Amino acid sequence: MFEEVGTTTEGDLVINMGPQHPATHGVLHLVVTLNGETIKNVEPHLGYIHRSIEKMCESLTYRQFIYVTSRMDYLSAHINNHACAMCVEKGLQLEVPARAQVIRVLMDELTRLASHELWWGAMAMDLGAFTPFFHAFREREVINDIMEETCGARLTMNYMVPGGVMHDLHPNFQQRVKDFLQLYKRKIHEYDELVTGNIIFQNRMKGVGIISPEDVLSYGCTGPVARGSGVSSDVRKLYPYEIYDKLEFDEVLEDGCDSFARYMVRIREMQQSVRIIEQLIDNIPDGEFQAKTKAVLKLPKGEFYSKAETARGELGVYIVSEGGTTPYRIKFRSPGFSNLSALNHLVKGGKIGDLIAAMGTLDLVIPDIDR
Amino acid sequence: MWSLSNIAANIDQWLNANMSPTWALIVEMLIAGVAVIGLFAALGLVLVIMERKVSAWIQIRLGPNRVGPKGMLQSLADTLKLLVKEGMTPGGADKLLFNVAPFVAMIVAMLLLAPIAFAKDFQLWDLNIGVLYISAVSSISVISILMAGWASNNKYSLLGAMRSGAQIVSYELSAGLAVLAIVVLTGSLRISDIIQAQENGWWLFKGHIPVIIAFIIFIIAVTAETNRAPFDLAEAESELTAGFHTEYSGMKFALFFLAEYVNVFIVCAIGATLFLGGWMPFHIGNWHAFNGVMDWIPSSVWFFGKTFFLIFVIMWFRWTFPRLRIDQLLNLEWKYLLPISMFNLLLVTLIAIMGWHF
Repeated sequence: MFEEVGTTTEGDLVINMGPQHPATHGVLHLVVTLNGETIKNVEPHLGYIHRSIEKMCESLTYRQFIYVTSRMDYLSAHINNHACAMCVEKGLQLEVPARAQVIRVLMDELTRLASHELWWGAMAMDLGAFTPFFHAFREREVINDIMEETCGARLTMNYMVPGGVMHDLHPNFQQRVKDFLQLYKRKIHEYDELVTGNIIFQNRMKGVGIISPEDVLSYGCTGPVARGSGVSSDVRKLYPYEIYDKLEFDEVLEDGCDSFARYMVRIREMQQSVRIIEQLIDNIPDGEFQAKTKAVLKLPKGEFYSKAETARGELGVYIVSEGGTTPYRIKFRSPGFSNLSALNHLVKGGKIGDLIAAMGTLDLVIPDIDR
Repeated sequence: MWSLSNIAANIDQWLNANMSPTWALIVEMLIAGVAVIGLFAALGLVLVIMERKVSAWIQIRLGPNRVGPKGMLQSLADTLKLLVKEGMTPGGADKLLFNVAPFVAMIVAMLLLAPIAFAKDFQLWDLNIGVLYISAVSSISVISILMAGWASNNKYSLLGAMRSGAQIVSYELSAGLAVLAIVVLTGSLRISDIIQAQENGWWLFKGHIPVIIAFIIFIIAVTAETNRAPFDLAEAESELTAGFHTEYSGMKFALFFLAEYVNVFIVCAIGATLFLGGWMPFHIGNWHAFNGVMDWIPSSVWFFGKTFFLIFVIMWFRWTFPRLRIDQLLNLEWKYLLPISMFNLLLVTLIAIMGWHF
């Protein structure tokens, strides 16, 4: 299965990139077959951070298993929790109060912003520019502080529970989010000045890592990767959940099919997230933040599926219930796994630099892929 | 007046008064050698802390601020740490080449310090082919990188070394042609002649647009030659972990590291010498009062001021630009910089022949 280090076939150079490598954003292991600098084949080897989350969920109650899912795609923990909570609510046929719905959407969009900020910094760092990382973190810190105030955590918030959110918003929340939006609008042009408009950056991104709309569908790519090839895939638009159907926002589509298109999708998505937050921040309805639920949740016998749009794409949660207090089987359809499967297609024939750049535009979070 | 050349002259006088001329010469050479080693170490330390402070400033951070006042002794502490660390040699490595490579890098950097004029009449070796010597010796540095990459028995190192080989050999051409522009204008390869020719104004201002083009090409080419971002493909930490020095640790790594910084200093010093008049103060034609004021500033301050300004520019590149890809890097050189600098050299030659420069 694993090629021996140094083994060559037909004079090719086989490099084990990772599991410890600066550009694989964690413990992804790529077996790269090179001909000089040209990539002939890339084979991802997974499993280095497999924690059998799906199996663990089977022995946890419907309240408990949501917390584990924060550790899958840790950059969009809210949205993972949200998708799971929605699936449980579907099973319980639980109505979520209006206030909780708005809070959930606000948190989702803040998470998406934070995640895209981090991606933007890491993407630039993959291309050898360090500074954007710090500029991105400057804004991301503010979001994390807002999260910390309301949820008590900065990364794995565990804020969404079946029936609503765990506790009410912090009194400062609205003001701080508004302050953040002000700050963000002042700083957003720096992103374009520092990275997007840079000629080296554009040369590195345009015309490389091309994937056609047909291939996007056959690989099952979702999220910005699909939308970068013009494939409409935004769950928020196509299968609206919570109050997304009442909000004004655009599904960002680019038809460049290359790394730069995927980059622009995320950049423009950040602006759409800001738009959504602006619509909601002054219109948080009063009322309950959590529906009344029984102390012990029991889903009726059957199969339940829900999906949400994370920062990386479509996250599906599939619960098979036997009627007990714990799920019989849980399956997560994580966006990173399908997006990663397109990597070889994206970079074949390119240079090593293209591999890193294309991998950056896939926005991989390895714990999300391995689970 | 207190100046570096006076100190050198005083030492020379004192030695000659106290011992035979042969011994005086030997002692002077020893002092010069120690001075170069000291300068190598001091420059490395200063530039490392400068880079960290500049990058911190660009990246809205504070940078090192614990060791010494405002963290100024941080690089000294780091060097001490690297000195006491074990210098590992990986299994399967070519031991001789692996251990010699960092010293080659260091020796090349030291050799290049010889013809640089740090102040008025203060130069170790004013040889008549100074510019040619610099171009020739600086080419050796690629050998140390190739040695390190090949001997490490590591694929990342090998890829880094191969990239570096292609890159340095290509960009030397542009750097050489840019330097030739000044040689054509001056009519001499000797460093002191080139500086003297800029007494009434630096070449950057005297030589019209072609010299400005040559200067820009020179800065781009030397950034590539010293393996600095955005041309740091030999290291490319996000692609090749650390490139050619992936397997190096301890002081052997530190030597590569210091050599890189000293090389940056050297190319900036050469750029300052050729285009910005070296230690020559800023003079404007026959504005005698203004020129007098400028002369009052010591020549060493002029030299180091200009050099460190160029170093700052190169650091600024590093912390703002993304990295090029290898094929784009070579395209830039062979399709753009080299033709432009060749044509530019023709223009400069025309200017020199017609005497159009100021």
